[in-house]
Amino acid sequence: MAGGLMNTKPPGGSALADVVRDAGLYALVAFGLCVPLISYRTDPGPAGLDLTPRWPLVAGLCAAIFVVRLLQRLVLMRRDARRASAPAQTDETLGLAPDAAIKLSTLALWAFIGLALTLPFVAALASGGLGEARYWIDLGILILTYVMLGWGLNIVVGLAGLLDLGYVAFYAVGAYSYALLATTFGLSFWICLPLAGLFAALWGMLLGFPVLRLRGDYLAIVTLAFGEIIRLVLINWVDVTGGGAGISSIPRATFFGIPFTAGEEGFAARFGLTFDSMHRVVFLYYVILALALITNLVTLRLRRLPIGRAWEALREDEIACRSLGINTTTTKLTAFALGAAFGGVAGSFFAVRQGFISPESFNFLESAIILAIVVLGGMGSQVGVAIAAIAMVGGPEMLRNLGFLKAVFGEGFDPNEYRLLLFGLAMVAMMVWRPRGLISVRVPSVALGKRRAISGAHVSEGHG
Amino acid sequence: MGPVPDMDGVVLAVEHLTMRFGGLTAVGDLSFDVRRGDITALIGPNGAGKTTVFNCITGFYKPTEGRLTLAHADGSRHLLERLPNHAVNRTARVARTFQNIRLFQGMTVLENLLVAQHAPLMRASGLSVLGLLGAGSYRRAEAAAIERAKEWLGRIDLMGRADDPAGDLPYGAQRRLEIARAMCTDPVLLCLDEPAAGLNPRESGELNALLRHIRDAHDTSVLLIEHDMSVVMEISDHVVVLDYGVKIADGTPGEVRADPRVIAAYLGVEDEEVAEVDAEVGLAVTHLEPQA
Repeated sequence: MAGGLMNTKPPGGSALADVVRDAGLYALVAFGLCVPLISYRTDPGPAGLDLTPRWPLVAGLCAAIFVVRLLQRLVLMRRDARRASAPAQTDETLGLAPDAAIKLSTLALWAFIGLALTLPFVAALASGGLGEARYWIDLGILILTYVMLGWGLNIVVGLAGLLDLGYVAFYAVGAYSYALLATTFGLSFWICLPLAGLFAALWGMLLGFPVLRLRGDYLAIVTLAFGEIIRLVLINWVDVTGGGAGISSIPRATFFGIPFTAGEEGFAARFGLTFDSMHRVVFLYYVILALALITNLVTLRLRRLPIGRAWEALREDEIACRSLGINTTTTKLTAFALGAAFGGVAGSFFAVRQGFISPESFNFLESAIILAIVVLGGMGSQVGVAIAAIAMVGGPEMLRNLGFLKAVFGEGFDPNEYRLLLFGLAMVAMMVWRPRGLISVRVPSVALGKRRAISGAHVSEGHG
Repeated sequence: MGPVPDMDGVVLAVEHLTMRFGGLTAVGDLSFDVRRGDITALIGPNGAGKTTVFNCITGFYKPTEGRLTLAHADGSRHLLERLPNHAVNRTARVARTFQNIRLFQGMTVLENLLVAQHAPLMRASGLSVLGLLGAGSYRRAEAAAIERAKEWLGRIDLMGRADDPAGDLPYGAQRRLEIARAMCTDPVLLCLDEPAAGLNPRESGELNALLRHIRDAHDTSVLLIEHDMSVVMEISDHVVVLDYGVKIADGTPGEVRADPRVIAAYLGVEDEEVAEVDAEVGLAVTHLEPQA
């Protein structure tokens, strides 16, 4: 804002005065806003509304804004001075050189996989039993679902650079495909899983054909509308989808045909275990982990194939792609269809886990969260997406556990109510410090020598 | 379709090309030939319609009227105005560069050259299925593509920078890389939009050598737009001059620079100025007729 304007002024004796004046201006604006909003509180009294003046609060807020702005300007000034004295080689990846970022993200990926593989056991050991660990395993399933969705959307947004705001539509198509196929035709989960992926890919192509000539904002708006259309169809086509009531008693997943029941034919009896309802949850956990890892593996491999390179080239420059004989329509369509297929598979997993689905689960907020995961993680970075999914999905859950804050803020304090506020703050912080996401460097798909990461400053974000 | 033009020794025949944008006629009834194995230069003052002609040839614009016939050495013909944009490169094998360089900035130099070999690699990867399974045939095809890229890296003197992002290269190197990338699509006609723009004299010398190499060592004819007369006069075999979308001269460099209409187009009609710019271009002024 004003910072950019101020930076052009020569630093010197007047700099401090400038900063103070700027902070004063902020405080003044804050005061202007406070007068109508905060300065009087209205309470219903015996004779209409009673006005309670709250000037000390206004003064406190304005002072706080003055101080925060002052500090921010001082910090920025110091940083600018530091940059001016050491101009070269400032990189955005956690202050690391791009290559260090590659090492770090490889390490992080393996750490993530290792943690994910052992989570049920670690949780069971730590909480003293499978049943007690249910909360953690359920949380793991939730996070991994979003990791898979993020990795799926990453193909469309991160690699091909197509801004898709309606990704949840494919998630819904997958979920309803499984629910309808299983309840109507009695097909098993393992047959429905690939079918759901295929259906979602089909819908991705149906949407893609008319839409992919649009670019940027226009594409975003049409995909947003598509997401809403799917949801509205699900609500209104009551005969097929059950409308707003959704579809319940969806058959549960089996261990490749063996049900998780207590009887003779059940999983526990077959494998000589004592029956525990947690077996099914742990199994679901490993199913979604495997699906997510398959998504990751396929994406990583495709990136090194001509199609993956064409996606990234498309993100960099569509016109140059056409001049090199790349059919941009089919290239975009494959990205769209593949992303949709992974979304569909994740959706069918969602349906089998919940046992109940309704259109409410597939609103725009879901699309926004998945997109936020991709953007937050760093477009195109697999590890970044995983970290962002943990932060975006696991973060709010963690807020439930901050009971000790009640001691600080009083008994009525519920940290969970502040999660959107904290989200907003985190987003603003990201925009200021890491606008290209947590991991913004790009790893080349092929190299003659050692692979060296490419700083995010060179990498284009795509125009749709 | 009209009568097939006689394409003996001609790689591209432009016939009656007209391009209108609303009421503006950017190119009007333009006809010229690009001969196989030649370097043909398309010159003209700013706004003469040169880039429009390029965009028509390379499929970015659909011409309002006219026919663009491209002939391969094996005798097959392609009507460029009927092909979809990407097919102009893939099936008719016309490659181009852009006036404002369009590299894939965030990809490495090597990746840029591999993207250009998309079609053969895509075929080798079995539409990605074989590639996904790690088939040996795809790995061999990729190794061959990398070899080809390395050949061009050596040619444009960028071997040491193969793994750097293209956006990091100096300007002159970016121009050379864009030409190499276009050449990796194995074109029969290479269209260069102001390849020497922004190059220093040493770099444009290197560019001339590169273009001569392309003409002599590959089965590729070159069509270029250029303002730098030292490049045009030195390397072209044939020059076409446009002004206000109309062809005003067509011939060898020697013929064209002696053409009074060309000089008038570049200079206006004042005789004194003619002499001035003539000197700049490096001409003897003696044989010039006064302007009509």
